[in-house]
Amino acid sequence: MLDVRLYLLQRVTAMIMAPLVILHLGVMIVAIQGGLDSAEILSRTQGSLFWGGVYGLFVFAVSIHAAIGVRVVLFEWLKIRDMLLNSLSWLLFIILFSMGARAVYAVIA
Amino acid sequence: MWRGDASGGRLVTYEVPRQPSQTILDVVTWIQREAEPGLSYRFACRVGMCGSCAMMVNGIPRWTCRTHVQKVLKNNRLTIEPMRNMPVIKDLACNMDEFFVKWKKAEGHFRGSKTRQDPIEQLLPDSPKRLAASAAIECINCAICYASCDVVSWNPAYLGPAALNRAWSLVNDERDTGQQPRLKAIASDAGCHNCHSHQNCATYCPNELNPTASIAGLKRLAARAVFSGKI
Repeated sequence: MLDVRLYLLQRVTAMIMAPLVILHLGVMIVAIQGGLDSAEILSRTQGSLFWGGVYGLFVFAVSIHAAIGVRVVLFEWLKIRDMLLNSLSWLLFIILFSMGARAVYAVIA
Repeated sequence: MWRGDASGGRLVTYEVPRQPSQTILDVVTWIQREAEPGLSYRFACRVGMCGSCAMMVNGIPRWTCRTHVQKVLKNNRLTIEPMRNMPVIKDLACNMDEFFVKWKKAEGHFRGSKTRQDPIEQLLPDSPKRLAASAAIECINCAICYASCDVVSWNPAYLGPAALNRAWSLVNDERDTGQQPRLKAIASDAGCHNCHSHQNCATYCPNELNPTASIAGLKRLAARAVFSGKI
């Protein structure tokens, strides 16, 4: 069910997510020192290739990582197999990625 | 004690007299000789060498010949069942075919390159690879790790701790020439990456082996093989 490629993909995406989460938390702590303000957040993110890249990459990694993790749960606990398992894993990836991409677009564009 | 066959069964209560130094195997044997002549169960050596008497005792897989009643008795009662994760044939005897087939699927057999005309190959007993092979090599195929493994219960195709532990001992055998097919087998979708490292196998192995550590070694090996383009 989990071959070496899916296993590695999940580990590699975790390695991508870890520093991005630290960066995100660090920026949050610094940015809210003057109060939490949506205009201030948008001024930093709008039109920024850097923040678009950071959050775009994070969303992509999360979508892959979570889809593989949930795939294991679906297989082991709900006994879902074969085509249905693959379809649900891809569906979860698409849902997570499209929701995440929409959120990233909203703060970058 | 569980009585039944592949179509189903139930727990039946027997009263067995206590004896000094009584083992679970003594209890099962007493029941067969004195109360239930039709009872089916396996044993051979009675001294913890062969591994054939493994059963679930109070829900934990154990060698019944090496388990003293006084150590596991709860409220003067015992529950004895056939091994988990394998289909029952009758009573306490389970079908171990799949367990052994998985050894073959994990390429658990040695492939050498030498003939009997060649000189005996010299191996350093304290080389890192030989130490890793030796740490995993004392498995006697009792299937206690396999019965204790939750991943096997969820994923019947999973090769399981015993077969993967065997693969790890051969991966570290410098004489073996069958590494490529073994690498493919352990990296497959039934292979080592399904292990959640719960460590039931290491907890219950009567030989105190650590299949979880062997599987972790295989995971590292397979990952390196992917990055180096070997698989």
